[in-house]
Amino acid sequence: MKLYDGGKIIIGLLIFVGIATFPFYYNIGKVNAKPEPKVDTPAIQEWEKQYGKKECVESKEFMKTEHMQLINLWRDSVVRDMNRQYISTSNHKKFNMSLQNGCMQCHSNKKKFCDECHNYMAVKPFCWDCHIQPKEKEENKS
Amino acid sequence: MSMDRRQFLKIAGISSILGFGASVANATHPIWVKGLDPSQVEPNKEALTAKRWAMVVDMSKFKTDEDFKKTIDACHLTHNVPDFRNPDGSVDTKNEIKWIWKTAYENAFPGQPNRFMDEHIKEMPFLVLCNHCDNPPCVRVCPTKATFKLSNGITMQDMHRCIGCRFCMAGCPYGARSFNWVDPRKAIKPEAENKEYPTRTKGVVEKCTFCTERLQIGKMPACVEAAPKGGLIFGDIEDPNSEVRKVVSTKLTIRRKSELGTGPAIYYLIGGSDHA
Repeated sequence: MKLYDGGKIIIGLLIFVGIATFPFYYNIGKVNAKPEPKVDTPAIQEWEKQYGKKECVESKEFMKTEHMQLINLWRDSVVRDMNRQYISTSNHKKFNMSLQNGCMQCHSNKKKFCDECHNYMAVKPFCWDCHIQPKEKEENKS
Repeated sequence: MSMDRRQFLKIAGISSILGFGASVANATHPIWVKGLDPSQVEPNKEALTAKRWAMVVDMSKFKTDEDFKKTIDACHLTHNVPDFRNPDGSVDTKNEIKWIWKTAYENAFPGQPNRFMDEHIKEMPFLVLCNHCDNPPCVRVCPTKATFKLSNGITMQDMHRCIGCRFCMAGCPYGARSFNWVDPRKAIKPEAENKEYPTRTKGVVEKCTFCTERLQIGKMPACVEAAPKGGLIFGDIEDPNSEVRKVVSTKLTIRRKSELGTGPAIYYLIGGSDHA
């Protein structure tokens, strides 16, 4: 078999492979930190003291994977059917179906809670174009 | 093994259906398919309810500019309505967002041209807002059902669904709707923000919601609370014992452009208690 212009082709291929794999060897050795959303706000600690455990409107596993659909459904229920209370199927407590007056009252640490995973996954929900995010203190402590 | 084009396409098609099907079935929690069960949600116990909310504006109670300003400010501060100004301090009428505002008699009631009418009424500013019509043109023209009727008669909007087409603005005969040409947060002072209510974003249409969110926590609309006593009467017009019903059924009230058949729910009491 004869490869015409073999030298040029092979050099070209090597350059292509080099560029295509650049992101991989560029990042070798760099730690890719896993997102670790924090659930240690004062409101959540207060809840833990009162009820003996941390709990959200549904189980942690459910919230991790389905929270986006749950809050979409909340919005329809609130805006169209005038419901305001959500009755949890996991702990049977009642919660205010509201992002600003519900979710963010406990999860007042948007940067360490919402953004932690959303940035890692490069998803940009546009909640905060309209909804007012909680004021966060500058992170100097840790 | 040899295969022709037809066989290849068949196999490729079947395998992609199987592949996608499996991944979708795997990732889907029942909540994505069934939604919330009605037993999971309920209204607040303290919520104010009505068969048909309506409002009477008693113009005799609005005497000074301050009366109007107090009422308008209460609404606009509660709902994070931006206040766009020109560099010289005058209202930027192109970007202005209005939920409740004052307008001249001839603009509010263009169908009532009496040649020798009371000069005082002719010169008086009128408090106008969304009329929460029985048969709202804005709802009929909305292509995404972003604006719709609630069961209590309020013409409500879901800002998440608004695509900013402005059909509703063309449809509304009262000019009750405003479009956000620019990000409204530019004209809301951060310290004046109501943290319990969202702002809007660039590219959506907004208007008065009869304070749906306040009614649901047992409060009267912000304008009603701030208006001079008795200036704005709010209640269930279907309830024969309500104050709005009593006023509307015993005194002469007029509604804006009722000849259009939209069935506005804002009633104007012009003479007021002094003359009635």
